[in-house]
Amino acid sequence: MTESVLRLDHFNFFIGENQILNDINLKFQRKKVTAIMGPSGCGKTSMIRCINRMNEWVKNARVEGEILFYGKNLFQMDPILLRRKIGMVFQRPNPFPTMSIFENVIAGYLLNGIKLSKTDKERIVEDSLRKAALWDEVKDGIHRKGTFLSGGQQQRLCIARALAMNPRLLLLDEPTSALDPKATSHIEELIIELKKTVTIVLVTHNIAQASRVSDFTAFLYLGELVEYGETTKMFTVPEDKRTEEYLTGKFG
Amino acid sequence: MSLKTIKNTQQKERLFQSLLSASGVIILVLVIGVFITLLIQSMPAIIAHKFDFFSHTTWDPVSGQYGGLSFLVGTLLTAFLALLISIPFSLSIAIVLGEYLTEGWIALILKTAIDLLAGIPSVIYGFWGLFVLAPWIRNLEIKLGVLPYGVGILTASLILALMIIPYAASLGREVIRLVPAELKEASLSLGATRYETVRKIILPYAKSGISAGFLLSLGRALSETMAVTMVIGNSNLLPTSIFSLGNTMASVLANEFSEANGSIYISSLLEIGLLLFVVTTIISLIGRRIIKKMSVHQ
Repeated sequence: MTESVLRLDHFNFFIGENQILNDINLKFQRKKVTAIMGPSGCGKTSMIRCINRMNEWVKNARVEGEILFYGKNLFQMDPILLRRKIGMVFQRPNPFPTMSIFENVIAGYLLNGIKLSKTDKERIVEDSLRKAALWDEVKDGIHRKGTFLSGGQQQRLCIARALAMNPRLLLLDEPTSALDPKATSHIEELIIELKKTVTIVLVTHNIAQASRVSDFTAFLYLGELVEYGETTKMFTVPEDKRTEEYLTGKFG
Repeated sequence: MSLKTIKNTQQKERLFQSLLSASGVIILVLVIGVFITLLIQSMPAIIAHKFDFFSHTTWDPVSGQYGGLSFLVGTLLTAFLALLISIPFSLSIAIVLGEYLTEGWIALILKTAIDLLAGIPSVIYGFWGLFVLAPWIRNLEIKLGVLPYGVGILTASLILALMIIPYAASLGREVIRLVPAELKEASLSLGATRYETVRKIILPYAKSGISAGFLLSLGRALSETMAVTMVIGNSNLLPTSIFSLGNTMASVLANEFSEANGSIYISSLLEIGLLLFVVTTIISLIGRRIIKKMSVHQ
């Protein structure tokens, strides 16, 4: 029996008068990859931004219902502490241009003012870069600026930066949408490798990607959860007609 | 497209390019022209007192002594002191308006007020300094037990600081706004607070632009004439403390040019003008180098 790390319970999200997410009930299984799939504007990015409470800066944003993180309503937790436990990787690689590769990896500690010994720093940097499959490519130039790397390497650096904080949950917001096919397959292999240690939520508009890397898939359409289930099952025998149409490319 | 229209477009392109180059050349010619004029006009003074100008502090046209050092010191002292005083204010304003209060009516009022500050004529600042600020400084000087002039280097620096805040604040606000949102989000997603994000991500990213604002402020402080002339005390002696009376290169020019008689006197004043020109150029060049070194995109 796999336990759930995260559960959305009758969750609604509004920006002003617009309802972005409508009564979402969804469970995320531990150490699995759950893909959130759907056409542009269906609310998938909004959903994961609610999970680490990044939507709180959006003007007139409002939530109803609960998101439970290890059984606790995360809207009652301290957002700063919550974000340290939930890592996020964005659509476009965004390493900090003022920092070296080394500093980028431990940026979470630097930003939070957490003091680390030199050996701890080196250990965390090497571990995280190894987990992100980037260590061998950058170990000789670790004190160079992160912005000298290629797009795919930069995105893996961002993954390493998120992993360095030892998150229990990793949110990937279309992490390959700005990358070429080769870099994309690199990241996809990495995602499959990473689920051994961390629970992953992957937002994607790429149907093939969802089928390649995810264990479970949630299909969102117009702010509603149309269908949720095991990826292999959903891709072979979708229950809802809209899912079938989306998967066969009729819209989206 | 017909051959004729292509030819026409090419002609327009060439015309546009030559217009642009012409404006560039005109600016260059003007700057060089100013420099040469100053150089030629101050030649008699340069020949007459050689390097005494830089080593002597006595400026006494009546007895024919033209030492410019106290004015150089006065200018540098007031300008850098003003910059130092203004930095905390302009930086805070830039952060508030660039990051925290980016929209809404309070932001609009603040922004307009800052821009208005830059538009107030300097003679008004001078009057305010003379009638409001100088008495305050005088009280302070009495409490501290120094000669209570009221006017002097400190008063001039304070007025200058107030005058130059808008330049650094406006530019700082713009560059802070230009920090990519994705970097701020990355920082916040790692559990950083807003303050940590400002201090460790936004300011390092924007520092070259912010410094450019300080440089702009400094340039303004170095060459400001009217307000400084009114509150600096117009003493030709070398200032010994921030409460001393003094004179800047610009203020001595403003004070004495209309009354100068004798070709050496006028030529010596123009030599001060030349020196001011050179000093501002040097400081601006050094500043540019520093800004370039700080830049994130190299």
